[in-house]
Amino acid sequence: MLAQQLANGVMLGSTYALVAIGYTLIFGVLRLLHLAHGEVFMVGAFAGLQALLWWQFGPLAALIVGLIASAVIGMLLELVAFRPIRKRGNSHLAPIVSTIGAGLVLQEVMTKTFGAEQTPFPSALSRVIYNLGIISVTGSQIFILSVAIVTMIALHLFVTRTRYGIAMRATSENLQVAAILGINVNTVILVTFGVASALGGIAGVLVGLNFNAISPFMGVEMGIKGMAVMLIGGLGSIYGAMIGGLLLGIVEVMSVAYLVSSLRDAFAFGLMILILILRPRGLFQTGIRTER
Amino acid sequence: MLSSYWDSVAVFLGINILMGVSLYIPMTAGLISLGQGGFMAIGAYVCAILTKSDVPFFLALVAGGCAAGIAGLVAGAPALRIRGIYVMILTLGFGEIVRVFFLNFESTGGASGLGGIRPLTELWQVIVACVIAYLMVWRIRHVRLGRAMVAIHEDDLAAEAMGINLTRTKLLSFSLGAIVAGLAGGFYAHQALFIDANQFDFSRSAITFLYVVLGGVSNPLGAIVGAAIVTLLPEFLRVVQDWRMTVFGTMLVLIAVWRPDGLLRAPSLHKS
Repeated sequence: MLAQQLANGVMLGSTYALVAIGYTLIFGVLRLLHLAHGEVFMVGAFAGLQALLWWQFGPLAALIVGLIASAVIGMLLELVAFRPIRKRGNSHLAPIVSTIGAGLVLQEVMTKTFGAEQTPFPSALSRVIYNLGIISVTGSQIFILSVAIVTMIALHLFVTRTRYGIAMRATSENLQVAAILGINVNTVILVTFGVASALGGIAGVLVGLNFNAISPFMGVEMGIKGMAVMLIGGLGSIYGAMIGGLLLGIVEVMSVAYLVSSLRDAFAFGLMILILILRPRGLFQTGIRTER
Repeated sequence: MLSSYWDSVAVFLGINILMGVSLYIPMTAGLISLGQGGFMAIGAYVCAILTKSDVPFFLALVAGGCAAGIAGLVAGAPALRIRGIYVMILTLGFGEIVRVFFLNFESTGGASGLGGIRPLTELWQVIVACVIAYLMVWRIRHVRLGRAMVAIHEDDLAAEAMGINLTRTKLLSFSLGAIVAGLAGGFYAHQALFIDANQFDFSRSAITFLYVVLGGVSNPLGAIVGAAIVTLLPEFLRVVQDWRMTVFGTMLVLIAVWRPDGLLRAPSLHKS
């Protein structure tokens, strides 16, 4: 029973982690909150659904379609809702307004296209059940876990081994110094949005596979949880977001299984506040200061 | 006389202005909250429960405001050691906890909400509350507490070195804002006549944030302008029917790009 719940918590937590890494990457380079990131995640889920329904591609192709759709939307948002504000002085509150606006637009466009209700997300994988001794998992859960692990390893290699990854880390260390050293900061920011949003899109498809239903408003809750996880892990810390996501997923599943299921979200945010009291800069302190 | 439709729009506008003020007060001390919806919920529920048991409306409003103020002290305590975006996400989490609490608290209707609230809110009461709230905001920069708040906003270490009690000032400003949000909640409950937890969710807090930032954080009147735009624009956008939120969202993006510091600029400095 405990092992089973732990496994479920890890599945849920890995999708939280993917969304939170997106937040933390963007926060790292820009020190800003991206309140439409939840909607980017939602768009990825719907794009993946289209790939599954219309073109009868398998889940892997759905994943790639969702990833690309989210990355495109995310980069578009940087060009429309962040870059113009950055050019006109560095207001740190205006991007919150523009991303709330962009989020409303994305929600309504998706509602008009797919309806406001829950749309079923078909998956042949969830009908296959494997018994692994003490725990039983569905095919889609194995898929979710392997995709999450592969994605996080790929992200680790990206930020440590590639030119753009290293440039991204340099930019998040100090934007001005990175620019002086010859890094094209605007390109790095655009790439960061692409990577962060692609992770969100992957998470969208995975959530669709896990819960078998998606809606245009699913991004709101995921967005809030993603921000909480970013805070738990420490602002700007990729590995903190991974650990924080798993922690939140496990706490949620455990509170449903052993405590009061309807208070799940209260436990989730209670955990966040507790961690903030004990470690005001999150589990993995990054030294990023938010003096403003 | 206003038609009853515009009368109700005016009441909601007044409530939204109060919400804007409730966010503006802690912002003066550099504390930005994304959880004002939570304080509003506490005020609304406490006030509605009291008038249902025949407590006079005025007393119930005060009680709702006080309850929200106490919650503000509780929520503000963990915010003392953190700042900036940490405070925003912390208060966001607090607002969600309040929402989940009322969603599950059976004594106040739980998930099915609280109905049968008497229509006690009148336009003049809301206008008086707004005027009082604005007198407070206007004068706050001229009293000890307000000057301390501004100093903390500028540089909290320097403020502390000057002998300002950081803990007390931050908590007070947070709590003061929460009291105003609680009052707004009380008015809201007796105008909407039905409340449930999801009316006070994250989008309520986010929209409150829009009022202040859209109007201009450096000008106290910004909250009025912002609340007026955000409240009235969707009413006028009924012409575009189904694409209301798309047009509204696009306008938010455009305004943010056009005027990143808000529509109103800082009032010119008076002689010092």
